[in-house]
Amino acid sequence: MKILVPIKRVADPDNANKVKVSADGSRVTSEGLEQKVNPFDEYAVEAALRLTENGATQSREGEVVVCSVGPKDVAQTIRGALAMGAERGILVDGADDAMDANVIAAVLEKLYAQEKPDLVVLGKQQVDGDSNQVGQILAERLGLPQATFANSIELADGGKACVVGREVDGGVLRVKVGLPAVITVDLRIVGSKAIANGITPATHAYPDAPRYASLKGIMSAKKKPIAEHTIASLGVTEAPRIEYLKFELPPKRAAGVKVESVQELVEKLHSQAKVI
Amino acid sequence: MSYLFESEEHAALRVQARRFAADVIAPHALEWEEKGEFPREVYGATARAGMLGIGYPEDLGGAGGDITHALVAQEELVLAGKSVGTVVGLNSHAIALPPILRLGSPEQQRRFVPPVLAGEKISALAITEPGAGSDVAAIQTRAVLDGDHWVLDGSKIFITSGCRADLVTVAARTGGPGHAGLSLIVVERGTPGFGVGRKLAKMGWWASDTAELTFEDCRVPRENLLGRPGEGFVAIVKNFVSERLHIAGQCVAIAILAHRESVAWARERQAFGKPLAQMQVIRHKLAEMETRIAAARALTSEVATRFTRGEDVPALAAMAKNTATDACSFVCDQAVQIHGGYGYMRETVVERLYRDARLYPIGGGTREIMNEIIAKSERY
Repeated sequence: MKILVPIKRVADPDNANKVKVSADGSRVTSEGLEQKVNPFDEYAVEAALRLTENGATQSREGEVVVCSVGPKDVAQTIRGALAMGAERGILVDGADDAMDANVIAAVLEKLYAQEKPDLVVLGKQQVDGDSNQVGQILAERLGLPQATFANSIELADGGKACVVGREVDGGVLRVKVGLPAVITVDLRIVGSKAIANGITPATHAYPDAPRYASLKGIMSAKKKPIAEHTIASLGVTEAPRIEYLKFELPPKRAAGVKVESVQELVEKLHSQAKVI
Repeated sequence: MSYLFESEEHAALRVQARRFAADVIAPHALEWEEKGEFPREVYGATARAGMLGIGYPEDLGGAGGDITHALVAQEELVLAGKSVGTVVGLNSHAIALPPILRLGSPEQQRRFVPPVLAGEKISALAITEPGAGSDVAAIQTRAVLDGDHWVLDGSKIFITSGCRADLVTVAARTGGPGHAGLSLIVVERGTPGFGVGRKLAKMGWWASDTAELTFEDCRVPRENLLGRPGEGFVAIVKNFVSERLHIAGQCVAIAILAHRESVAWARERQAFGKPLAQMQVIRHKLAEMETRIAAARALTSEVATRFTRGEDVPALAAMAKNTATDACSFVCDQAVQIHGGYGYMRETVVERLYRDARLYPIGGGTREIMNEIIAKSERY
């Protein structure tokens, strides 16, 4: 099985409160913040690795190709995934601010045509833009079945289909998609038993988290190939369809007041807040 | 700031170590330090995260890499885990295993090393005795060959991870007085006559257990001797550079942590209508702390680089240890001062670091012994 995993780097989500709006309100700035792989993308890499290995013997049984669109230094983000165990990488050079979900999906469509994977596994959304669109647009452009917000993936029909547990309001919806397909993953896809590939013994329990890259993995990642393209060299002519007009921070909230008694609280809720 | 020797590879390793320590150690740092112990399972978790075998050969279950990788991983474990005791406890194999790798037969290496690097067994090194610390040549513990066994008699003290160790690399006298009579023998838990005395109460490093070990008519299989009789001292000495670099690295890490805590506190704490960080007296303290850290890191970096190139650097390693130790002691003292009354309270991280820091001019060769090594090396 061959899986294509698109990943993206984002400003360190643990320091999200340090993200600022530029003085003219035209963009969000994250200068000085560490860039990390988008958490949902890291789950996608982990899911793809689990789908293509024997978890008990740690032998590789398939291929995971990781791709990213962005400035040249996203190579480091790709290396991170290669260190976890992915086989090779593809870097598509492009400026961060000249892209929206539509452009990215167009790029991925070209990479799909080159690579012909059995599955495209993506994070359900980026934690910076939070658009939650790329997987869906890509599936539509490719005319492939899609299963979004996956919290479990089970290979079925002798590897010709996947049964995917989708997190939906009020529960989990199980759908079967024929391969090739596009799957976007949610946090629980890295649960210890979330992936069943028919190779890893059912008794094998993974840790409830993406794996750590070993030092050996980190060293071997340096030798793994990363192919380079540009958006233009792939023949993508799409322009962003979304234009960001203005960013502003939510208004500062005034400090609350402390009340001395329940009586006073009720009185204030009635006379000032006018909610009772 | 990072070590000058660091590559992209080291940066990637830092990310892994940081994540592991933040997830596994940090949430329990205070609890484990106060309890004087961390759970045994942490060894296994550390091994599975690839953090236990750094610097050890892959065919023995190690992760590969060299001391430069070990230094950055250890630094992140201290910085993100905030429990020095846990990190030094997890690292007791860094002194216990090298003699086995240096002197041990392939069979001994296969028997002793992989279970330790897998986090299944705990290892310790036992050299110091109640009557012999820096003066290694004065070791009294004897090992006498009787048929197929070495019979050990004597006692060891201040043994890191000694309370829980499954295998202890013990320095014992198999020959005459002085260095030449010393040998290293691996004693396994459960060997009759091998006793673990009390768990020693210490000033710092609380999460790491420290033991007194006794050997009374303790019969150890003959094949547990490492190398030939009399090779012990040289094997111990050969590991000194690596050990002292590890210690220097720990000191740099502790100092950075104390400094970080101090900067955060100085920015938050208000006095006389403004944050401490806006007062020159405090800003300059922070600047001086940072300067000492940078100097200690630079020397440690240089010595580690020379060491990995294959240079013999005992004197430089001694200088790095003393420099980093001094930086760490100074920075932790200033950190407590900046924290004021809160710095004297047990729940404050810098209070703990201040106690942890006091070990370093003593452990792994005292400051005075370091100076003697430098003086001898320079032939004053």
